[in-house]
Amino acid sequence: MMSPRVRVFLVWLVLMCAGVAVVSQSRFSADISFFLPSRPTPEQQVLVAQLKDGSVSRLLMVAVGGGDAKQRAQASQAMRQQLAGGGGFLSVQNGAAAAMDSERDFFLRHRYQLSPAVNAERFTEAGLRDAVGETIDGLSSPLGMMVKPFLAQDPTGELMAILEQFNPGAQPEMRAGVWASRDGERAMLLLETQALGSDIDGQAQAVERVQAAFDTAKAKVEGTPNLDLQLSGPGVFAVKSRESIKAEVSRLLVISTIGIVGVLLWVYRSPRLLALGLLPMVSGALAGVVVVSLVHGEVFGITVGFGSALIGEAVDYAIYFFVQSGRMGLSTWRQTFWPTIRLGVMTSALGFGALLFSGFPGLSQLGLYALSGVVTAALVTRFVLPTLAGQVVSVPEPGPWVHRALGWLGQAYRLRVWVAIAAVLAGAYLWQQRDSLWDANLSALSTVSADEAEADGRLRTDLAAPDARYLVMASGADQEAALQAAERVGARLDALTEEGVIGGYDSPVRFLPSARSQQARLNHLPDRAVLEVRLRAALVDAPLSADKLGPFLDGVAAAREAGPVRRADLDGSAMALAVDAMLTPGAKGWNVVIPLRPPAAGVDMPVDRLQAALAGSGALFVDLKGEFDTLYGGYVGEAVRLALAGCALIVLLLGVTLRSVGRLARVLIALALTVVGVLAALHLAGERLHLLHLVGMLLIVAVGSNYALFFDRAAGGEALDAATLMSLGVATLTTAIGFGTLAASHVPVLQAIGVTVGPGALLALLMAAVFVYPPRRT
Amino acid sequence: MNRFFRWAVLGLGLVGSLAHAAYSVDQLMADLAQNKGGRARFVETRYVALLDKPVQASGEMVYSPPDRLEKHTLLPKMESMVLDKDTLSLERDKRRMSINLSSRPEAQAFVESIRSTLAGNRQALEAHYKLELTGERADWMLTLLPTEPAIAALLQRIKVSGSKKQVRKIEYFQADGDRSELAIEPIDQP
Repeated sequence: MMSPRVRVFLVWLVLMCAGVAVVSQSRFSADISFFLPSRPTPEQQVLVAQLKDGSVSRLLMVAVGGGDAKQRAQASQAMRQQLAGGGGFLSVQNGAAAAMDSERDFFLRHRYQLSPAVNAERFTEAGLRDAVGETIDGLSSPLGMMVKPFLAQDPTGELMAILEQFNPGAQPEMRAGVWASRDGERAMLLLETQALGSDIDGQAQAVERVQAAFDTAKAKVEGTPNLDLQLSGPGVFAVKSRESIKAEVSRLLVISTIGIVGVLLWVYRSPRLLALGLLPMVSGALAGVVVVSLVHGEVFGITVGFGSALIGEAVDYAIYFFVQSGRMGLSTWRQTFWPTIRLGVMTSALGFGALLFSGFPGLSQLGLYALSGVVTAALVTRFVLPTLAGQVVSVPEPGPWVHRALGWLGQAYRLRVWVAIAAVLAGAYLWQQRDSLWDANLSALSTVSADEAEADGRLRTDLAAPDARYLVMASGADQEAALQAAERVGARLDALTEEGVIGGYDSPVRFLPSARSQQARLNHLPDRAVLEVRLRAALVDAPLSADKLGPFLDGVAAAREAGPVRRADLDGSAMALAVDAMLTPGAKGWNVVIPLRPPAAGVDMPVDRLQAALAGSGALFVDLKGEFDTLYGGYVGEAVRLALAGCALIVLLLGVTLRSVGRLARVLIALALTVVGVLAALHLAGERLHLLHLVGMLLIVAVGSNYALFFDRAAGGEALDAATLMSLGVATLTTAIGFGTLAASHVPVLQAIGVTVGPGALLALLMAAVFVYPPRRT
Repeated sequence: MNRFFRWAVLGLGLVGSLAHAAYSVDQLMADLAQNKGGRARFVETRYVALLDKPVQASGEMVYSPPDRLEKHTLLPKMESMVLDKDTLSLERDKRRMSINLSSRPEAQAFVESIRSTLAGNRQALEAHYKLELTGERADWMLTLLPTEPAIAALLQRIKVSGSKKQVRKIEYFQADGDRSELAIEPIDQP
């Protein structure tokens, strides 16, 4: 027969192996879905789709600096050539005009299907007279040079009617034939990656390709100037963010582990005890990843990074066990201390558990991870550790400093008045500063630094790149229905453009109108004989003779034959990319995204007007920035509710267990003052508080109450000995190290929790000593 | 005698050619630079092969040295063109359009031919054209021959003629044989 010791160990080992097997199959992600709502509204769905895969999420902005304008232009051309030919990019633009002709030829070829000017009157005698007269007048205008080569085939000016829809608005500066920054000191390129915005590997490849193309181009430029490359865009941020999270996760875990192992070695002076003590911690961290992976299907990198905090908390139970049971034996420990530890586990579990209900997926994952980790660590401590450790647990006696601390502890109550005064001052300070405490912006959670954001904004302005803040979303059961819906929306938007409410809009129907409206246009085209008669009559007095317009008659006849333009006719052209970026298949049919341009740069659009104008059309107006703000506001509101609910449950649990209003009140005062103290200190340190600091407050209450409970045992009449005080001190220290490590993180989510909970744990212990520990009058 | 005659002919010829060259491109440019700008009426006539008769447009031009030129067409249709530094803005039928000229080297060369002539900016003209000056100060003609192939593909030559600091006529000879003529009549400032 196996000894129970071996049996328990084997069971544990099997479970651990199973856990490792699950983790090895887990999908880890570091994309923005951490922040995106798990239960999105229709507007938020548009936001999520745009952020993850929309064309804006695939823009890469490139700036080449150094050298002179000509050298930069050479580099820009060489990069364009290499990137456009090398695959991986849907479009590579640097302002050089070569690509324009193919677009113009496409419009010219399909002018009668695409021109919005084609209607019932256009090809009557009067309509022809007006249209041709207009074109002839246009010959004398500065645009005449553009019109003249097409006069014989397009005397009614359909090409101009098509091109006029594409007023590009702001255009980048030009230097030496390519795009340049506003100050002219950098050559600019605008790329669209083939990889979706959410495909970080693909984005990383695209970034590498750009870098490689730059290196090649740089070597080719005459005079080998010292050129430099600047790159920005959502993909670049996603790649950087993933790299920094990857690097950070291992760094945080290593720092936190070294710190905690150091403390434990110092206390235990025994590698064996250290190894046993790390057992619950390792089990908890593994269980956390396994549960998250099984429940959510993927594990966010940030969640794993949070592990460094979890191990600081999970190691506490083993510390209590070794230090306390070594003195009194296992069964006494189970009777006297386990209930207190169990209560502590439950308060922590309530705190982390409250986060499970968050619609912010990252937060609910952190909650699930920490909850499963803490509970597993506690269970392993209670059921596995005693069996494995056996009866021989000898932790060195607490040193003289612990006894001295125990002496001070009895006098800590004398500080109550002073601490209360300090707390009132801190509270008053917070009240006075209440308007500047919170950062009401989701960007507070982003890993993008202020410098990077500024550089990004500069490149965007230089390129006049769309930030696509305002969108209209139209949809239909199939592609044709979606295009028809886009045309109906377009008619309403035209009116708004006319009024100057919006500056304009982009729509796929300019390249690919619905088959219905194309057919309607073609139906207005008369047959050749009829057209010729009308044309002759119309041009009797005109300077342009109908005899010279054979190519026009041919063109109209050909259009009648050709029928509507289909999506496939666009294949291989820049128009295909533009259409595909705006016209996409969705879960229920097809969607058309119509980006709106503001009437002037930096002007907010009147949301009410747009909503009113689109009412009843079935189209959805989306202000992405507004959606972001609403989203973040929703997260914050929810976090407040969850934190309050979590705290209420913890208070309820404590109340039921302590069964004393006085004792409960003292524990709560200690916790409340801790929170106030931490808040005031953070604000004084210049930290702008956001959602995750709020979550940190909840965790201070959840974790900090563990320590208060030990002091409360003393208040309940069971005197605190030096060993218990030592275990308490060490446990608090490891927790503070675990969370404190996060404070060094560059990921704002982790950093905020770290700076809140790390100091919070220590302060909670001190506050509990002052307010919870009973006075010992000597 | 024979020898003397030869010298005399050469000498006279030299004097003659000196007299002929008395009005140089540099002097013309200096004269043109004297022009402080102002308003002018213009009539523009285009001869297009495809059309049976020329099309005409007329209106007013305003020149503010050195780099702003406005051209307001009144007939047959209201249209405005404003060239300010590198930006060409067009307005027609409530439609507006703005082009950054540096993105269109051929358009820039075209526009530069008027503006740099008005400004007397020889350096800017010679960036795109070879210059030939004939006539005298009171009646000169400057021919601009494009040096860049991209421009030469569209434009054969430009002939600018005028009197002293005043440009009177600009003729464009396009590569396809069409041509246009811009006659300018200054409006006396009150």
